[in-house]
Amino acid sequence: MFRTIKNMVGGLLGWTESRSGVITFVQPILTHRVPRDAKWWYVFGSASLMFFSIQVITGILLATMYVPSAAEAYSSLQYIDQQVPFGWMLRALHAWSSNAMILMVVIHMSQVFLHASFKFPRELMWMVGVLLLFCTLALAFTGQIMRWDQDAYWGLGIGAAIVDRVPMLGNQMRNVMLGGPYIGGATLSRFFALHVFVLPGLTIGLIGAHMALILKNGISEMPKPGMVVDPKTYVAEYEERIKKTGVAFMPDAAQRDMVFCGLMLIIVGFLAWYLGPVGPNGIPNPTIIDANPRPDYAFLWIFTAMALMPPQIETAVLLIAPPIVVLFLLGLPLISNRGERAPSRRPGAVVVYVLTATALGTLTWLGVVSAWSPVMDAWTSLPTPVKYLVGRTPLEMQGALVIQHSQCRNCHSLGGEGGLRGPNLDNVGSRKSWDQLVRQVQQGGGNMPAYGKNLSSAETTAVVAFMTTLRNAGAPESTIPGAMERQSSPDQAPKAVVGDVGQ
Amino acid sequence: MSCDCSNTPSDQPAQTPPPNARRGFMLKFGIGLMGIGGAIASIPIIGYAITPALKKYKNSWIDLGGTEDFPEGETRLGKFTNPNAAPTDGESAEQAVWVRSYKPAQFQVFAVNCAHLGCPVKWFQQSKLFMCPCHGGVYYEDGSHASGPPPRGLFEYKWKIVDGRLLIDAGRLPGLEQSV
Repeated sequence: MFRTIKNMVGGLLGWTESRSGVITFVQPILTHRVPRDAKWWYVFGSASLMFFSIQVITGILLATMYVPSAAEAYSSLQYIDQQVPFGWMLRALHAWSSNAMILMVVIHMSQVFLHASFKFPRELMWMVGVLLLFCTLALAFTGQIMRWDQDAYWGLGIGAAIVDRVPMLGNQMRNVMLGGPYIGGATLSRFFALHVFVLPGLTIGLIGAHMALILKNGISEMPKPGMVVDPKTYVAEYEERIKKTGVAFMPDAAQRDMVFCGLMLIIVGFLAWYLGPVGPNGIPNPTIIDANPRPDYAFLWIFTAMALMPPQIETAVLLIAPPIVVLFLLGLPLISNRGERAPSRRPGAVVVYVLTATALGTLTWLGVVSAWSPVMDAWTSLPTPVKYLVGRTPLEMQGALVIQHSQCRNCHSLGGEGGLRGPNLDNVGSRKSWDQLVRQVQQGGGNMPAYGKNLSSAETTAVVAFMTTLRNAGAPESTIPGAMERQSSPDQAPKAVVGDVGQ
Repeated sequence: MSCDCSNTPSDQPAQTPPPNARRGFMLKFGIGLMGIGGAIASIPIIGYAITPALKKYKNSWIDLGGTEDFPEGETRLGKFTNPNAAPTDGESAEQAVWVRSYKPAQFQVFAVNCAHLGCPVKWFQQSKLFMCPCHGGVYYEDGSHASGPPPRGLFEYKWKIVDGRLLIDAGRLPGLEQSV
């Protein structure tokens, strides 16, 4: 019995092989020789490819249910999440596998940069890889649009506002991006075409080129200090070494890829099951102005940069920085294609990498916190801490009310709750004197709006009276050295302070 | 596939003319034809792709409601349907503006889109400020810049009153290069 089956399978294989030559074609690819020391550092490219495959499979299946129409996208996503068996899991897999793919691509690229694997003769592999990075990020951005929720709608608004800043052609470019003069059905349709046709097609083509270049040039060895790349002799020496000490990709290197990819797949599958699908959050109705748009993780650093950059240089940076980054990344192997590969002999490159990674990581973290954003509902949702009200005079109590009512806490925290844009008010009485507080409230400054016109003088007095009581334990009221001491206690302070700020 | 007869000795006398001449002509002719056909085909293809850049999108006068809906001294949200809307736009065709009435029959109509990067600003009546949830842009009640990254004040729509109705000139997403 067993022998019969074996014979049948063998026969079938032989029949197929004699007519297609598939084994003759695939075998050298599977068994191409790779350096013996290509071990765990080399698994990230394979993992990127695996997650891309997951994206293709889940993406095609989602496209069978998703309706790319601005009128129906949102409800079709809810239908997939709530009605279609495994629908929510598929959406979750697509979202978390996309995050994992970005992570794997970034780690893969870091390894190649730190090991200088982009040097001769692998310059083109690096360049194709850079294009694949941009494809990955473009897929992530267009994918976030597919959710067609408030984040997607206002994210497009941000994209449009950036494109709009291009001199002369900005408005035309913006209209091409949006498919018209506003964000609507045409916008979703063209981002859908990009997300499911253009970008995946481009990515598959570039992956093919990336793989063909691997077979042509071989995988780079682990860098060793003193082992320099010289384009004149490198190829012959590499082939000699690979012939002597190399191993077959299948199974020697592929086994590690498989172990790592399997592990990653299980982790991402668990994450998808545990965390569920991403979005859609609020309905993309532009008249709902309570939206609080945030980009996905991969773009948070840009979100942060836009908040923290000095406004004067913003447009210039937006228009000049991207081409410089693209040219630098693409041109890197042309600037440096020979010499040492070991990180220990390339301190400059390591410094550049560490600085870039630190900057991106920090900007991303700051984006998660987004301290510059007012907490829009702080004034209605966060009560004034009781300890700040105990033993206060009626005037001071009134001041606490004005602070609450005038949205001060959207930007200033009290008792650890509230906005982080401005300094917390917990001990503001220790930092600023009565006169300084009056001046700050009325005239603003240091990124605070002036409240002079928006608060009556009585309200200002009350607010300042309350704030002078917010002091570190046992600390005296702050005064300007040399200034005339105020004779009265805060609740007996002059009732009108408009105009005269105590000079 | 026929053999390349010029390289292999053959028993047959060369009766046909050397194929290279005709083949060369055919190739050039083919490339030429492809070029002409491609040029013709690319007119609609490129035209279709860049239509949004060439087309002049017009605003229209839109009725926001009676002037009594926007009482003096208040700033209220006005809603309308985009006059350029397409059938597939769904709720994204709904648009909003902030309408401020500061004197009898005197209005300021602001875009909800922040002048920084277009996020929706929200009006706070008590502190008389517009605040943006994205990067912290803040504007005073007259739309002027108060703090944060925006390079200018809020975008303003043109308005007029016809038969007691407040009309605004709208349809395009406001932006720096083309304020409303």
